[in-house]
Amino acid sequence: MATEIVVDRHPADLLLRSDRLPHIWCPGCGLGSVMSCYTDALMASGIPVERHVCVSGIGCTGRVAGYLSLDSFHTTHGRAIPYALGLKVSNPDLKVAVISGDGDLSSIGGNHLIHAARRNLDLTVICVNNFNYGMTGGQAGPTTPYGATTSTTPDGNVEQPFNLPHLVAAVGAVYVARWTSLHVRQLRDSIRTALLKPGFSFVEVLSPCPVGFGKANDLGDGIDEMRFYRRRSIVDDNANLEDVGLTMSEDEPIVLGNFVNRERTVFSPSVKKWAIEEVLNGQA
Amino acid sequence: MPTNEQRVLTGSHFMNGDTACAEGALAAGCLYFGGYPITPSTEIAERLAHRLPAVGGAYVQMEDELGSIVSVIGAAWGGVRAMTATSGPGFSLMAESIGLAAMTETPCVIVNVMRGGPSTGLPTLVAQADVMQARWGTHGDIQAIALAPASCQEMFDLTLRAFNLADRFRNPVFVLADEAIGHLTERVVIPAESEIKRVPRRAAVLTPGEPFEPFRADETTLIPPMPLPGVGFGAHITSLTHDERGYPATDAVTHDRLVRRLSDKIALFSDEITQVEAVGLDDADVAVVTYGSTARTAKRAVTLARQAGIRAGILRLISIWPFPDAEIAALSARMKSIVVAELNLGQVRLEVERVARVPVFGAHHAGGALMPPEIILESIKEAARHGDGNRSRSTPSRPLAAV
Repeated sequence: MATEIVVDRHPADLLLRSDRLPHIWCPGCGLGSVMSCYTDALMASGIPVERHVCVSGIGCTGRVAGYLSLDSFHTTHGRAIPYALGLKVSNPDLKVAVISGDGDLSSIGGNHLIHAARRNLDLTVICVNNFNYGMTGGQAGPTTPYGATTSTTPDGNVEQPFNLPHLVAAVGAVYVARWTSLHVRQLRDSIRTALLKPGFSFVEVLSPCPVGFGKANDLGDGIDEMRFYRRRSIVDDNANLEDVGLTMSEDEPIVLGNFVNRERTVFSPSVKKWAIEEVLNGQA
Repeated sequence: MPTNEQRVLTGSHFMNGDTACAEGALAAGCLYFGGYPITPSTEIAERLAHRLPAVGGAYVQMEDELGSIVSVIGAAWGGVRAMTATSGPGFSLMAESIGLAAMTETPCVIVNVMRGGPSTGLPTLVAQADVMQARWGTHGDIQAIALAPASCQEMFDLTLRAFNLADRFRNPVFVLADEAIGHLTERVVIPAESEIKRVPRRAAVLTPGEPFEPFRADETTLIPPMPLPGVGFGAHITSLTHDERGYPATDAVTHDRLVRRLSDKIALFSDEITQVEAVGLDDADVAVVTYGSTARTAKRAVTLARQAGIRAGILRLISIWPFPDAEIAALSARMKSIVVAELNLGQVRLEVERVARVPVFGAHHAGGALMPPEIILESIKEAARHGDGNRSRSTPSRPLAAV
């Protein structure tokens, strides 16, 4: 019989609102791993904890902000990026990260995503891609693979999905990476690099959603989808981004890597430092 | 000679209404503008794009109005006074996150220089048809605060006041201007910086070791002090229904408590917001309730009415929301009848009818031109004829072409 090991502390306790746990995510969901990679990367970044701000939109991934013991903002659907812009421009000392889902960021928030990358706003976006709208029960979205079954594509998805690394690189992101929730060390290192990279950085994380997507598409439970990631993933930092679209089939590889790391002028309008004191004192 | 680095352009100016609005924002200490060009508000954005960087602020031209208002909310949480300016189509897009601002108690200013709608409507021509949209445009129960300037001077004064109300109540505040005022040019006097009154934002105080509850309001003001990010509060701010800790809640008791407080913190203090101007009402039998540019043509209508032997006066609404119920009730007690004059088909008239106990008549057209004094005069005459009876059904005015 296994010995029960009781621990009263977790390395990430400082960064989690333990009074809000357990979280709402389903068994097999990859979001816990992603959140853990973010907290690890945050601590490894060397940037003081109180300067980190997490902003999210709406959806399963949008709930990450609420579990982090940081200044955190859970905004409206699709609007995390412009919210982050306002925070960053008004308070440039903040280290702002957006953690949100594929539907939130690339569908309803798609316009903000491409324009933030175009501007090269100093922001890290972690996009958790589970290929469907999970919170509402498994509908198709702009990342749903062609042919996939969802509750709104019962006869198979007839639309082509976004290839997100190709999209954001094309419109100007200076750092672009893709990992899965299986690749926790690579993911943590990529997020740390992204947090320290001036300008618009984008990390896509493929993550199982067994309830909303996996079971309907023969990917099985969360652990089965993680096995699929291990079986099909290849790492190619120099991949041609036109070719890294995802089919989630046994015929095509899942191409992962740190695809883009380059320099562009960083979007820099900012409010001067004394502004906040003025507002608080009524001397604005 | 004022310079571009001056935040308060003290002196007497010949200034466009939109420009005066921008100067009012700068005098208020606004340091962030996020917006998207739209006629007839664009001059506000242009002025601030020129002026904000010179005074240490930031202008960001966003990709759309959905993003504009959200960037303003983010900037307000970053710690500065922030605003946007738009017109009807953009205001429709902003409706979504006006609710976010109300729910998260974010002080910010939204200027809507109204043009003819619905939809793209009349981009360059006046209307006043977004009054109910300001009140009810976002989903859920909110209390709106809206001011309606009727001159370039008021574009300055009321924009400054809007920032103070936003910080006083921790709520979004609307400046409901109209195209005629936005594009009017007239004298604007900007006072000395020492005479500019700025209401401080109530800031939360960080007490190390004690749990911080970002939405714990005191029982007097019903308004929680606001935390700053980046200094260690670790506050969670959500658009979901939340408890005093800022944590999401899904129970009816917490929801009712939150939504009632959000409403009460404004509704119970509406006398601090309400601002009206009475003109020639002391001996009047008929009052014209009006606002914005229509208040200016109403003056001519009242002069013509008095020449025709009708004792008429004007109650000008400088604040529209919260609706000045007490002032309209007091007016109703003194008048035989009331005319509501506005460039829409009867939005404020509905509110006046709700409160008044005398017959209410409408002087309306849908916009596209200033309200002709003749339309208001005709309604005053009709109101004077029917003002002796009990409360009667109000009458809409006839189509513009028939007048």
